[in-house]
Amino acid sequence: MTAVTYTRFELLRTFRNRRFFIFTLAFPLILFLVVAGAHRHATLDGISFPLYYMAGMVAWGTMGAVTAGGARIALEREVGWSRQLRITPLSPAAYFRAKVLSSYLMASITIVLLYLAGTSFGVSLTAAHWLEMTGLVLVGLIPFTILGILMGHLLNPDAMGPALGGGSALLALLSGAWGPLVTGGFLLDVVKVLPSYWLVQADQSATGGGGWPLEGWLVVAAWSVALLVLAVRVYRRDTGRV
Amino acid sequence: METVTSTSGIAVSGLVKSFGSVHAVRDVDIVIEPGETVALLGPNGAGKSTTIDMLLGLTRPDQGTISVFGHSPADAVKSGIVGAMLQTGTLIRELSVRELVSMVASLYPHPLDVGEVLRLAGIDDIANRRTNKLSGGQVQRVRFAIALVSDAELLVLDEPTVALDVEGRHEFWTAMRAFAARGKTVLFATHYLEEADAYADRIILMAKGRVVADGPATEIKSKVGLHTIRATLENVDSESLALLPGVSKVDRHGEAVTLSCTDSDAALRALLNRYAAARDIEVRGAGLEEAFLELTAEPTTQMEGTR
Repeated sequence: MTAVTYTRFELLRTFRNRRFFIFTLAFPLILFLVVAGAHRHATLDGISFPLYYMAGMVAWGTMGAVTAGGARIALEREVGWSRQLRITPLSPAAYFRAKVLSSYLMASITIVLLYLAGTSFGVSLTAAHWLEMTGLVLVGLIPFTILGILMGHLLNPDAMGPALGGGSALLALLSGAWGPLVTGGFLLDVVKVLPSYWLVQADQSATGGGGWPLEGWLVVAAWSVALLVLAVRVYRRDTGRV
Repeated sequence: METVTSTSGIAVSGLVKSFGSVHAVRDVDIVIEPGETVALLGPNGAGKSTTIDMLLGLTRPDQGTISVFGHSPADAVKSGIVGAMLQTGTLIRELSVRELVSMVASLYPHPLDVGEVLRLAGIDDIANRRTNKLSGGQVQRVRFAIALVSDAELLVLDEPTVALDVEGRHEFWTAMRAFAARGKTVLFATHYLEEADAYADRIILMAKGRVVADGPATEIKSKVGLHTIRATLENVDSESLALLPGVSKVDRHGEAVTLSCTDSDAALRALLNRYAAARDIEVRGAGLEEAFLELTAEPTTQMEGTR
């Protein structure tokens, strides 16, 4: 079975959840408009500030958008819906696919909105740069999407808010989404094994970085595989009454 | 050695499940033929829900085997043979009733027509309402529709009428019967003897994690349909009272006598005949809970005695 209808309804639910939809998209956009708007003509590290900040907000905003899917999973578990789905023929693969697609839908809208806002502040890139940046962001989001699903099956809805908000803010901050906080030394070595660092770097490849080095691909791949193994295991076990 | 079970119906054998020190299910055997409607009757904590969870593959048994139409529970669920309504749970939001039922229908290989199911479950008038705008009874009917739409061979319902009023219950059972009449196998858990009696071909009585009786409703009713007679009576010893017809057990505390009866009519006639001094007489049906205690008291002591 292709489970197309199931996926279609999952996406429809995402669109209809107005509060989820608006809050997920609004914060990165507002932050960008306020901060980048105030420094529209400044430069940072030799790059225009709106470009730098747009890239950072794309990283933080999409990270929030894909992990927020986990909060909805936690809620579905709490009302017993996950158990109801378990007694249908829906396969784990189809379940994961629908969740991943909803997450990427939210991420894509976040990206488009920020690109539009950036362009309106004078950000201008070649088509190749736009594409490269977008492609790397979409790859860099894989571990975060899986992380969201994993957390959704581990935590209850009360814990999800702080875990997601605090977690993504901390990761974004350390990884330089709001400015180059960590620029060298031991801490940079630590930050470089975080997938969020490479998500920020993906964006900044457009600012002249030239894509990920092998290290970036390896870090993202390693996190993706490890989190997927964990998520599948947790999902299989998660059949109890919540 | 386990015998290989038939490929149709349900065969549960030697099922055991503990949660820490709580022995939820202790050595349960159940056989259900295709097309039967069977009630799993028992008080809270009897192990009904745990048994059903294992039957649906949601809980893994510590010991024992389960065959659902010749498959393991997980495979039976995967191939769409089973439709179920769990005891707890509400609905996801952001969809209308019709959309939600359609979404679940799309997961099954041969679902029923959604419109027909909405009518059968009595929710076609709220088909376009969002699921977060429903009353408790309406939610319960939608959950029933979700189980029905599977058109599965086996329908499992765990205390399905809990949130329904009298009218809702009646409509629910009418719909369930219509479904069962199409040759489907139905297993439902309940703690109402009346429901089990009225709607099941057979009753499996569970208490304290065991099957304590299994048979046609009439047979079970005679076992749990106990009555007690209370009276104030002086100078009569328990032994004489126990000899009265229809009396199965005698308790006395001073002058207060309690007779547990299998036939309270016969017992009462004999009591008044022989002991005219009996007064403050009170006859009442024992609650299901008391009846279970009565039924389960002996086997448990025996079990513990042999260890």
